[in-house]
Amino acid sequence: MPPTPHDWSPRGWRVVEPVVGALVVAVLLGGLALAAASLDGVLAARGRSSGMAAGWSAPLAEAARLMRQRRRTIVAADVLLWRVGGAALLVLALLKAVVVPVGGRSVADLAVGVVWFNAMDVTVWAAVWLLGWGANSAHALVGGYRFLAQGLAYELPLMFALTAPAVAAGSLRLAEVEAAQQGGAWFVLWMPVAFAVFCLGVVAFSVWGPLSVPAGVDVAGGVLAELSGVDRLLVLAGRYALLAAGAAFAVPMFLGGADGPVLPGWAWFGLKVVLLLALLVALRRHLPVLRPDRFVEVGWLVLLPAVLLQVLVVSVVAVWRY
Amino acid sequence: MGGTEVLESVVFWVLAVVAVASGVVVFRVDSMARATYALAVSFVAVGLALLLVDLHYIGIITVLMMMMEMAVMAVYMVMFMGMNPALMPMSMVHDNRAAIAAAVATFVVLAGGALLVPWPSRREPEPGAVLGSAAELGEAIMGSHMLVMLTVSPAMLATIVAGVVLAQARGRYDRLGDDLDRRPADDPQPGGVGR
Repeated sequence: MPPTPHDWSPRGWRVVEPVVGALVVAVLLGGLALAAASLDGVLAARGRSSGMAAGWSAPLAEAARLMRQRRRTIVAADVLLWRVGGAALLVLALLKAVVVPVGGRSVADLAVGVVWFNAMDVTVWAAVWLLGWGANSAHALVGGYRFLAQGLAYELPLMFALTAPAVAAGSLRLAEVEAAQQGGAWFVLWMPVAFAVFCLGVVAFSVWGPLSVPAGVDVAGGVLAELSGVDRLLVLAGRYALLAAGAAFAVPMFLGGADGPVLPGWAWFGLKVVLLLALLVALRRHLPVLRPDRFVEVGWLVLLPAVLLQVLVVSVVAVWRY
Repeated sequence: MGGTEVLESVVFWVLAVVAVASGVVVFRVDSMARATYALAVSFVAVGLALLLVDLHYIGIITVLMMMMEMAVMAVYMVMFMGMNPALMPMSMVHDNRAAIAAAVATFVVLAGGALLVPWPSRREPEPGAVLGSAAELGEAIMGSHMLVMLTVSPAMLATIVAGVVLAQARGRYDRLGDDLDRRPADDPQPGGVGR
């Protein structure tokens, strides 16, 4: 058997390779997050009928402003937990993104990649609550608890939505879920409910659009209320990065991954991620904000049964097929 | 010892020290939030250590469940603790002597068990078997007890349902009236489905 390139590659490269890969994914994720923020700036500018150019550069201008802003200090804030919560969003987004196969390769090809993603999005609960807790501010704490209330409504439907593609592919490895859709029907076509619930979950753990009450204007910005300077920049960037990581994860899970005619695989992958991300960003301007106390009932009485039925259909098809 | 083995033992010892140290921190801090998340860090380190013995699913599920559990604990912290000690400094130890005795006894039993029990040596895997897979673990735990499990699970489900019914403060007659025909239902908290 001829040796595979991996076998005779220099030993050092095997250690360096994942580090380089993680850096590449971090840069890609940062670029996507910036693009998402720019798109949101443009949409906001269009809503105000002000200049588009100012819309595109709004996130950069805001980043520059926040980098120069002095940190607000608060009496008796739990600074350690507050900073941990703020920095965690970006880190979690990156940890989600490293299992996604980009053009057939992923930095960490975990055998249980789907569960890994789920574990990371549950860790967002901790991050957002710590953000609310650490500031020692009533508004921020209300925001943190709103996120947990919302979490109790969206997390179980999201878990079952992740189950559907895994059952259909017979694997929790993301590369195999992607391979199961090659040249066949993309999973979004016959599990649309799971896809919709997954997208809702992405919007929820990014504290975005219809599920952004934890950072709502009615509680003076909620978890964002006391954040200033670079801490605020990290959290705002983290939200966009989580949105981007969710979109990137949806592509191998539901949208066929790199599958597509003519263009090379990585181009299809990139195209799908960008389109889905743009859609998620645009949601903010088109859907009203949902109150968590009302959304809980929707989550348990509508989303959960609907997604369970979806999993049942997928399971029956999977059993019948094998 | 190869390079990978050295790396694995380094990772193991780092995780082990983090797990024990953050476990100690749980009882040294004076804030409930810090204690909660120190415990979470301890469990995460244990979950990641499980990855070293190729129990990928169990390891990552441990991380998932523990992070979720700690977040839910934060909800209960505010909901059920009178006068909200969650928001002010408080000692994390109660009934110190009995707790120390219980902890030492548990440690002696578990550590003694780990050292004294004759562990089976690893058998040659059957062809096609995936070592350390969830299926293998399930087989080892459940294989000879499947009938018991099948009998116990309906009983457990019935117990859960009965427990919820008994604990319910407001039943359907409170919500829908004596003839169950009140629409919309009389709920203290209106929901998004508009019942």
